[in-house]
Amino acid sequence: MARATAGSVGLVETDRVVLFDEDDPLVFESGATLAPVVVAYETYGCLNDERSNAVYICHALTGDAHAAGYHEGSERPGWWDNLIGPGKPIDTDRYFVICSNLLGGCQGTTGPSSIDPATGRPYGLRFPLFTMSDLVKVHRALTRHLGIERVLAIVGGSLGGMQGLQWALDAPGEVASVIAICASSRLTAQNIAFSAVAREGIMRDPDFHEGDYAQHGVAPTRGLAVARMMAHITYLSEESMRTKFGRRFQDSAEPRFGFDVDFQVESYLQYQGESFLKRFDANSYLYLTRVMDYFDPFGDMEAVAPRLEGLDTRFLVLSFDSDWRFDTSHSREIVRVLAAHQVPVTFREIRSPHGHDSFLLEVPEYHRTIAGFMDRQADDVEHDRGG
Amino acid sequence: MRPDQDVLASLIPEGSRVLDLGCGDGALLKHLMETKGCSGQGVEVSTEAFHAAVARGIPVVQADIDAGLPDFADRSFDVVVLSQTLQSVYRPNLVMREVMRVGRRGIVSFPNFGHWQVRVKLLLGGRMPVTKALPNEWHETPNIRHCTISDFERLVMREGPWQITERRYLDGAGNAANGLTKRAPNLLAAGAVFALG
Repeated sequence: MARATAGSVGLVETDRVVLFDEDDPLVFESGATLAPVVVAYETYGCLNDERSNAVYICHALTGDAHAAGYHEGSERPGWWDNLIGPGKPIDTDRYFVICSNLLGGCQGTTGPSSIDPATGRPYGLRFPLFTMSDLVKVHRALTRHLGIERVLAIVGGSLGGMQGLQWALDAPGEVASVIAICASSRLTAQNIAFSAVAREGIMRDPDFHEGDYAQHGVAPTRGLAVARMMAHITYLSEESMRTKFGRRFQDSAEPRFGFDVDFQVESYLQYQGESFLKRFDANSYLYLTRVMDYFDPFGDMEAVAPRLEGLDTRFLVLSFDSDWRFDTSHSREIVRVLAAHQVPVTFREIRSPHGHDSFLLEVPEYHRTIAGFMDRQADDVEHDRGG
Repeated sequence: MRPDQDVLASLIPEGSRVLDLGCGDGALLKHLMETKGCSGQGVEVSTEAFHAAVARGIPVVQADIDAGLPDFADRSFDVVVLSQTLQSVYRPNLVMREVMRVGRRGIVSFPNFGHWQVRVKLLLGGRMPVTKALPNEWHETPNIRHCTISDFERLVMREGPWQITERRYLDGAGNAANGLTKRAPNLLAAGAVFALG
């Protein structure tokens, strides 16, 4: 039974739209083309007459378009429901909020598990490799489809924050502000190593079949579950795991001395791995982690400097002190490059014991900072309109 | 804005790109952005002041300047401001080096511990002075590195290839001081605002 409690956007549905078709295919940065491209998205709140109050939510690696409110028949709210809603930091009484499933995903937007019209079979690894700019290109097409020329704010954590940064670089005129939370402008060797092991797990699964597992009626579930279990460790802090599980046993007070799940933390990881299989596609995992590995917008400074000079997009960059997936040095690198090119940037490292996952949680100082920044952006737009 | 901030603002050329270290609620930067066409960036350690600056629309990085300014590139600002902040940092010499690394110019204001009232209170009262420019008791003051105008001039001589290019002196209320003060600033000025380049 769906509910509409105070602070909730209430009952919502995921919409779908074809943004690119045979006559107007999506052209990737690599030159490859793709059609059709269907995008799943949700919106909350109302677009104002000036179309100046749009906030675009970019989700992280395994997110989806259902950021807030409830789907019919579900008790579980959207993944960022604590941030988005009436009276919340992303206030749907004030902003028109858009969230879409990203390109290459598996939650309604075209990705490697979609049917290739040329063959009638899922794309699998024949899906073109794509970049952060390609993801952003699809977001931009959706905003145009919705009649929006400039978004008030792009908000995202982790991979979501990276999309915001790329969007501002690709189309500065379309972006008034970016809120990038525990994001990175360049993965470290350690970050890439974690992704590499996750991909190895998937690709070495006997059910992988070179990505064509769907045609064999199977899926590389063992590999994907292990990939998720390992990634999940990197989303939590050592402290939060210690607090949550310690060395407690799952089913008894005494150790059972065997190789079955015995510790609580093992049971938790196993549950995370298993439940992930219901909602995620292994090929999407390969493609999207690869986008992050190759993301390096400041790598060629000579090429990016002209795009940074005169960029009037306002940035709010946030990190969490217990995040070791993308620790504060990642955020500070973004701050350093932006400030060196006279881009206005606000930055804070927020205390939270919850690691990388903090961005999804209701950490009061974190939400307060976003609310303050958002209020100011909206006030300035309204002021400009009045003046 | 406080009167000493007006004196400080008068030393900043129009259209400058300004980094304000210890920007507080961003009042000075807001003033410079609105009246002088400056672009501003703040650094502030206090969480409450950080929120106040964000509410004013000032871009602000929360950081402790005693750890240096690793977020800012060499000579990336026209002016770096250190307004009534030098006396509250743990390592003033390191902070001054960072000011002059990041800025083409530095502007520093600070209370003068050599002011005659301070000297008299210490000499005759035998206790740490409380004055208009130094209003806190010793145990609650954020000012942990008291210096006189002469001390600061010595610091600049020792640290810099850079030097003081302009001098403004303040009275107890923070207003620009009169001619007599300029003759013996270390004794008569309650505070100073120096431009360095």
